[in-house]
Amino acid sequence: MTDLAIAPRIERPSLGQRLEKAAPLLLVPVLAVIGLVAIGNPSTWLTLTVAGLAMGMMIFIMASGMTVVFGLMDIINFGHGAFISVGAFVGFTALAWFSGLTAMPGVMPSLLAVFLAIMIAMAATGAMGYAFERVIVRPVYGSHLKQILVTMGGLIVVQQLIHVIWGPAEIYLARPQSLRGAFIFGEAAIERYRIVAVLIGLALFVAMRLILSRTKVGLLVRAGVENKEMVEALGYRIRRLFIVVFMVGSALAGLGGVMWGLYQETITAHMGSEIMILVFIVVIIGGLGSVEGCFIGALLVGLMANYTAFLAPKVALVSNIGLMVTVLMWRPQGLYPVVKAK
Amino acid sequence: MPEPLLSLTGVHTHIGQYHILQGVDFTVPDKGVTVLLGRNGAGKTTTMRTIMGLWQASRGTIRFAGRDITALDTPAIAREGIAFVPENMGIFTDLTVQENMILAATGSAPDSARLDWIFSLFPPIKTFWNLSAGNLSGGQKQMLSVARAIVEPRRLILIDEPTKGLAPAIVKAMIGALRELKRSDTTILLVEQNFAMARAVGDTVAVMDDGRIVHTGEMAALAADPALQERLMGLSLETQP
Repeated sequence: MTDLAIAPRIERPSLGQRLEKAAPLLLVPVLAVIGLVAIGNPSTWLTLTVAGLAMGMMIFIMASGMTVVFGLMDIINFGHGAFISVGAFVGFTALAWFSGLTAMPGVMPSLLAVFLAIMIAMAATGAMGYAFERVIVRPVYGSHLKQILVTMGGLIVVQQLIHVIWGPAEIYLARPQSLRGAFIFGEAAIERYRIVAVLIGLALFVAMRLILSRTKVGLLVRAGVENKEMVEALGYRIRRLFIVVFMVGSALAGLGGVMWGLYQETITAHMGSEIMILVFIVVIIGGLGSVEGCFIGALLVGLMANYTAFLAPKVALVSNIGLMVTVLMWRPQGLYPVVKAK
Repeated sequence: MPEPLLSLTGVHTHIGQYHILQGVDFTVPDKGVTVLLGRNGAGKTTTMRTIMGLWQASRGTIRFAGRDITALDTPAIAREGIAFVPENMGIFTDLTVQENMILAATGSAPDSARLDWIFSLFPPIKTFWNLSAGNLSGGQKQMLSVARAIVEPRRLILIDEPTKGLAPAIVKAMIGALRELKRSDTTILLVEQNFAMARAVGDTVAVMDDGRIVHTGEMAALAADPALQERLMGLSLETQP
């Protein structure tokens, strides 16, 4: 026992600091209220809000892997959209295999078919992520400019491979019959598929939170985002963690691709690179590397896109850029900036 | 003469175009505390990081417990039984104190008896067990950094300037903790500029200058010889504030 007679003291955060930390959580309800006031009609607002949340959840699914990859590995992966496209195309092929299930009456067989298609698409994009990391990303660790160039090159190669395998034409991806239609609440129509998208997005967010906070692998990912060197000094091989995280991020992009494809009901080789604009906005708004920030950012982007598409279609395209600029003027590092060791 | 636990022979390290370590030779005996002294920029931190594999030695040999570890990577060196407390403490501020300790343990959780011993060395670790490490004060973070290094028995602990910027009361506490670690037969290689600390815990000493070892010997002999101190470091350590 030492003579460590030091009164334990801690720098407790002040009320202001705690409020500032919680403030981003209020942005989604605040935007929803602004939407209600601007739209006026509660039924229209409810329809648009659920549509916005569903869109936000799908963008979160696609963006979550990218933000973790950036936070942990410091990799700017412009090829992330390739995994979204491949996920959608593999999901399309898998759903064709399970057409017997989707033709059956009731929701459960269709959900099972979609689930199996998602699993196959995630396995395919996860495996593709492994190859992408080994062949394309690994030689350019530490150089952002090279990463941008080489991953964009990878994206183009994958898009051309999709053309070779599935053809260059736009493909119609039919949503299973039982996932079509809408629930009617008063005068509001809520599409069934959007409810499914919201539930899957929420489940993924909760699962990611639990894994990152309750498992040793999750702790390693969070620690690695902050200080890779110290993780290695504790005896862990961070490169192995990189590969696993890159594969999971790619698989999540594949999941997002299937969900987005079923939402749009058409898939093209370029669908991934087109949605990447929103994915980048979400990742930047959330704070590079932050899963919580990515979740809130995705919901904001989804709501903003739907509200402005209804209120002022001509500015819908730039509304999310405006949202990003506004958030960055308030918090230049994003909603939940990730601490990095100096 | 017993074989040293750690030995560096003709170790050179380049960082970019800079030739930092220019043939470092010294040994760390098994058990006890070896202090690496020297002015700022002498190469002490580079030596620690080279031992740990965070910077690769461009020439020379590093042997630990009879095994050549020069070419091993950092995780492999850590698994040989070497723990590292870096100058910046390396605390994961986004994690709680408990989570920092869990990551340092090889199993799913630290051994409870070992934890009780660590709590007796560093009571704040227990007090703030479930709080974010980012909220700890500088001294508490330093305690956590050392506690993390000893969460399991290690053969060698490298500690880089544990008292840098800390209040005298914390320095005193750290001296007590290192003495307790010595009693537990842990071998420590300590980089330190605070001579009171170095003299209080050190058994042997190596003095660096310009990327080379310029003196090795017993700490007691150096502490008793102001002229030697003056010659090696340009000032008498007795006059150090």
